[in-house]
Amino acid sequence: MSTSAIHTGVAPAHTGPTISEPLRRFLTVARGAGVRISSAESIDAMRAVDVIGFDDRTTLKDTLSLVVAKSVEEKQIFDDCFDLYFQRNDFAKSNEPGFRSQPQDHEDGEAGGEGMPGMGGGGPKLAAMLLADDRVAMAQAMEQAAEAIGLTKISFFTQTNLYTRRIMEKMGIRPVEREIEALRKEDSDAANDRADRLEGGRERLRDQVRDFVERHLAMFAKGENEKFREEFLKSAKLTNMERRDQDRMRVIVRAIAKKLAEKYGRNRKKKNRGQLDTRKTIRRNMAWEAIPFITVWKQKKIDKPKVMVLCDVSGSVAAMAQFLLLFLYTLNEALSNIRSFAFAGNLIEVSDILEKQDIDQAILKIMSTVGFGSSNYGNSFLDFEEGYFAAVDSKTTVIILGDGRGNHTDPRTDIIQRLSERAKRLIWLNPEYRSSWGTGDSDMPRYAPYCHVLTVCNTIRHLEHIVTDMLKGSR
Amino acid sequence: MTGNVDQLLGSIDAVENGLGSVGYIANRQICTAVYLSHHLHKPILVEGPAGVGKTELAKSVASYLDMPLIRMQCYEGLDESKALYEWKYGKQLLYTQILKDKLGQLFGLTETIEQALEKLHGFSDVFFSHHFLEPRPLLRALQQENGAVLLIDEIDKSDQEFEAFLLEILSDYQVTIPEIGVVEAVTPPIVFLTSNSMRDLGDALKRRCLHLHIGFPDAKLEARIIDTRVPGIDERLRKQLVSFVQQLRTLELKKLPSVSETIDWARVLVLLHANMLQADMVRDTLNVLLKFESDIEAAGKQIDSMTHKARKEAGFVD
Repeated sequence: MSTSAIHTGVAPAHTGPTISEPLRRFLTVARGAGVRISSAESIDAMRAVDVIGFDDRTTLKDTLSLVVAKSVEEKQIFDDCFDLYFQRNDFAKSNEPGFRSQPQDHEDGEAGGEGMPGMGGGGPKLAAMLLADDRVAMAQAMEQAAEAIGLTKISFFTQTNLYTRRIMEKMGIRPVEREIEALRKEDSDAANDRADRLEGGRERLRDQVRDFVERHLAMFAKGENEKFREEFLKSAKLTNMERRDQDRMRVIVRAIAKKLAEKYGRNRKKKNRGQLDTRKTIRRNMAWEAIPFITVWKQKKIDKPKVMVLCDVSGSVAAMAQFLLLFLYTLNEALSNIRSFAFAGNLIEVSDILEKQDIDQAILKIMSTVGFGSSNYGNSFLDFEEGYFAAVDSKTTVIILGDGRGNHTDPRTDIIQRLSERAKRLIWLNPEYRSSWGTGDSDMPRYAPYCHVLTVCNTIRHLEHIVTDMLKGSR
Repeated sequence: MTGNVDQLLGSIDAVENGLGSVGYIANRQICTAVYLSHHLHKPILVEGPAGVGKTELAKSVASYLDMPLIRMQCYEGLDESKALYEWKYGKQLLYTQILKDKLGQLFGLTETIEQALEKLHGFSDVFFSHHFLEPRPLLRALQQENGAVLLIDEIDKSDQEFEAFLLEILSDYQVTIPEIGVVEAVTPPIVFLTSNSMRDLGDALKRRCLHLHIGFPDAKLEARIIDTRVPGIDERLRKQLVSFVQQLRTLELKKLPSVSETIDWARVLVLLHANMLQADMVRDTLNVLLKFESDIEAAGKQIDSMTHKARKEAGFVD
């Protein structure tokens, strides 16, 4: 990859243009919002913009979307981002729309010093602007002040007030405030009138600056915040997940599962190095009298795992169960066959519901039919043995998700033993920490000897590791 | 010829008009993509639901530019011997047989095996030269002197390995054949890749392409498409059927009707000499639009109201 990146990077260098500052900044914003843009793509974006020009906003949007956003979701994010970014100068109406306005602003400011209100010197100027309600000048001054204090570094919404105040100070609000104070002391009609007008102007300015800061926050900090939140959620305990995080959690789970599915979803073959497959070689070379022009080597086909999941959906484990099911069903293409069962007091097969309906709704439905009761493991395992034991063969991986707390009912470890002997592997996932296994009504230690894998599983990370191991293990 | 192409793809408007002239009504974004593809020398990856005209786009570009269309249909198990090149084994074999005597004479003079080998090396790789090379679509596209449109159809159906194999041709318009060396494109072809999103394509592939997503067209565009594709259609009927299909797409169906289905349906209605949308007729011909029994059932309940609305939108009140 790197060579081609360099390659494409070199080519346009002759033709001249370096990546323009506003475009670069826009790409930073888009990246922050979650569009993945490689450096090669930035260069492409620059070349494309070079061909297309800045004149037509729609064409520019189409172009950048073609070059930069590489999936439907990304295109959606990109569109939002583009619109957000290019309405930034909305109260500087006289400026050209699009990229151009910005660099010009900066250049003006630096070259002429005209709109650059310093710490104190900007005072009277700002007062004049406020009184005249000169929006264009204010927008310019605001942009420059924002630049000077490094507004792009903003990363949390709690910083909004701080940055708003800083920008206003940079624009020279202090002298204005002092003037208002002085005018109030003077207490003549003319002075009060001026003070009122100045105060009005200050309020308007504050609103505008705050608005401006908030938009910046939306653009520059979104990516950081999302990333941070995602990392946090991945290792948060699923059993005490807040409701508002569940949707986001689903998105994360789907993303991980998709990645794994992509990696393991193909029919994989392993070459047996150096062993000629005589039969296939002869057949392949029939066309030229079986003279072996093409050699075929022996291969071993790697089976996709066949999975049966038994989920405890009683109150204590329900939260975990829905994520496990979501994970496995998103993973569908990496598995050859998946059957799922839900149990609390009794066990039922839920494959049908899960396959027919949208997974989120299906899970809700399952929860409402069997969930939230008190669990009886022995009973449920008996149901499984009677109904579905025949379907378990030496290629099946059985996953049981549960805390092993059967409310002091018979654990029926004998069934688990038979199941363990019959299946390829028996994986038990327990959302409880190891230290509490065996306490109270937990039968975990009794089941433990029959499990090939027995592990704590209560975060998305655990889930990811376990499923990855399972997929790898089928080699 | 290249000059000609430059002219034909000179501006986005030119592309739009050009595609229109061969019967492909494209929106602005599609035209921008084709325009950019030519000017940046980048392949276009076209994604979108089935039947919105992904493959048709490549065909239309080929016919507009008057270039040969070289099409490669992808499927699982497709490998380089079917996509790129193969040796003509039969011919190689035949030639060795014919030349047997000749070779015999040559080697008759040598005394030891070493000498014979030495002599053999002197002949270089006669049997692995261009004469014995059978070009497959990819190689053929590179060899076209006047350029070509290369359509790699349904890339998502191929294996990931094949996708990786395509990277070289997509970024540098060249392929490496071990026995011969690097074959570069005479004229870089215009490359289209299509995908139905059966699986997610790799980042490396996406990075090398312009990514164009064609969704369902809006009513206006669809009406224009129908107008071009089904010339004999009554204007009132056209308005109604477009409105009907647009409504149908807002329902929750397994497979939404695509542009190709709309066109088929329009043709059917023209054949039936319809000039108005009638609920009965719609019910009878719904299987042209919808391909699943459950979808037909789901839509069936709302036919009356949708037909009514379609008529109203087209300006008729009964």
